[in-house]
Order: sequence, then C-alpha cells, then structure tokens
Amino acid sequence: MELALFVIFGAVAVASAIMVIVSRNAVVSALFLILTFFCLAGLYVLLNAQFIAALQIIVYAGAIMVLFVFVVMLLRTGKEARRGYRLIFQKSMGIIFVVLFLLLLGSITLTVAVTGMRGPYTAEAVRHIGNTQAFASVLFTDYLYPFEIISVLLLAGIIGAVVLAKRKR
Amino acid sequence: MVPLSYYLLLSAILFSIGAVGVLIRRNVLIMFMSIELMLNAVNLSFVAFSRFLDSLEGQVFVFLVMAVAAAEVAVGLAIIICIFRNKATVNVDEINLMKG
Repeated sequence: MELALFVIFGAVAVASAIMVIVSRNAVVSALFLILTFFCLAGLYVLLNAQFIAALQIIVYAGAIMVLFVFVVMLLRTGKEARRGYRLIFQKSMGIIFVVLFLLLLGSITLTVAVTGMRGPYTAEAVRHIGNTQAFASVLFTDYLYPFEIISVLLLAGIIGAVVLAKRKR
Repeated sequence: MVPLSYYLLLSAILFSIGAVGVLIRRNVLIMFMSIELMLNAVNLSFVAFSRFLDSLEGQVFVFLVMAVAAAEVAVGLAIIICIFRNKATVNVDEINLMKG
C-alpha cells in the first residue's frame, strides 16, 4: 500500500515536473508546478512529516505559487522562441551534462548505505506525542536562534521586494 | 516500508529536471520555477533522512528552507518586474546589459 502510494505520487511528481520545463506557456508551467508540490506533500505524509506536508501546501502551493501566477499574469510574456540560442549547443549540452549528473547521483543513492547516529524520535515516539508538538519542541529549543534570524530575513525580503517593485518618481 | 534509496533517487530525478529547466529555458519566470523545483527536491531528501534517522532536525531544516524560499521568491519576482519594466522582455538572452 505504502509502496503503491509512493509510486503514484512519485510518478505524478516527475511527470508534472517535466511538464513544467517543456510547457511553452508560463501559466501552464505554474499550474503543473502546483501539482508537483501537492505530490511532494503526499510524500511528506508518507514519511510521517504531517506538519511539513501542511506547510508545503500552505506556503508553497498557496503563497509562493499565488505570487508566481500573479506575476506571470502581470507580465505579458508572449511565446518563447524555440531556436536561436545565444550559446551554441546550449540545449543539447545542458541535457547531456545533467543526465551524467543524474547517473552519478543515482549510483551514489543506490549503492551507499546510510549509517548515522539515530535520534530519539522514532515513529512510535512521534505518534505518541504528535508530529507538530515534537517538531515544535525541537524548533523552539535547539533551533531557536535560526528561527529568530529567519524572521529578520523575511522582514528584509518584504522591504526589498517593496523597494525594488516601487515605481521611481 | 519504502526504502530510503527510492526517496533519494526520486529527489535526484526532480533535482535534475530542475537543473535541465534552468539550462534549456530562456523565459526567466520558468527558470525561476525550476529553481523552486530544485529546492523542493532537496527538501524531499531532508525529510527522508529525518524519517530514516529517527530525528526531526531534517524537518527543521525544511522549515528554514521554506522561509528562505519565500523571501527569495518575493525579492526575485520584484527584480523580474523591475527588469520587465526597463527592457519589456523576460528572455534572459536579451538581458545582457552587464555583459562586458
């Protein structure tokens, strides 16, 4: 059952990710990217990370993609030319090198066994206290400073976006 | 239970699709979406490692990556709007003002 769900979510995620990069229309790309994010949220649920799955849908599929679709609608981009790259062989060489990179990564992931120090949060422990509470107890104790710094980063992002997009008078 | 290597392989495939998107497309918006795809692929391996090592640190890092991605998208799209206002194009081959 779990393997079947993994295969379904994984296949849909890969197929829609390919559609994102081959589609001529940026709005279609954005909609397929939302589908990819939903499939990843399903995979996070399979991995017992329910809080991250909810964040994935709310933050990525919700907030970030709304921003994307809004900007795509705002800019009338038109159709992208298929030919005439400034760099010759850009498309073919790009695909060749990424396939080689994928072969390298794939050989590593399929051969190397992961051995590391195991933490205290086994599936039973997390099920007992709840995923969100366990996550929060780690985030607000060991990772409190990164959490505070990320709020400053978000503030800087807000101010930067407003300053950049403001029309000069 | 699905083995860890399946998740890592799926993550590698999604990352490679994102990298192909950045390399072969010239619409800056779709290149930006491909970058989001790569960030998500890395998030998937973080969560998979977190599950298989019985530790929640990986999920904390995914949380931080999501916050950084949100800030990055806001600033990046503002820059794209700025460029479009000046050059009226989203084709990266035509945005070469800083080329020597």
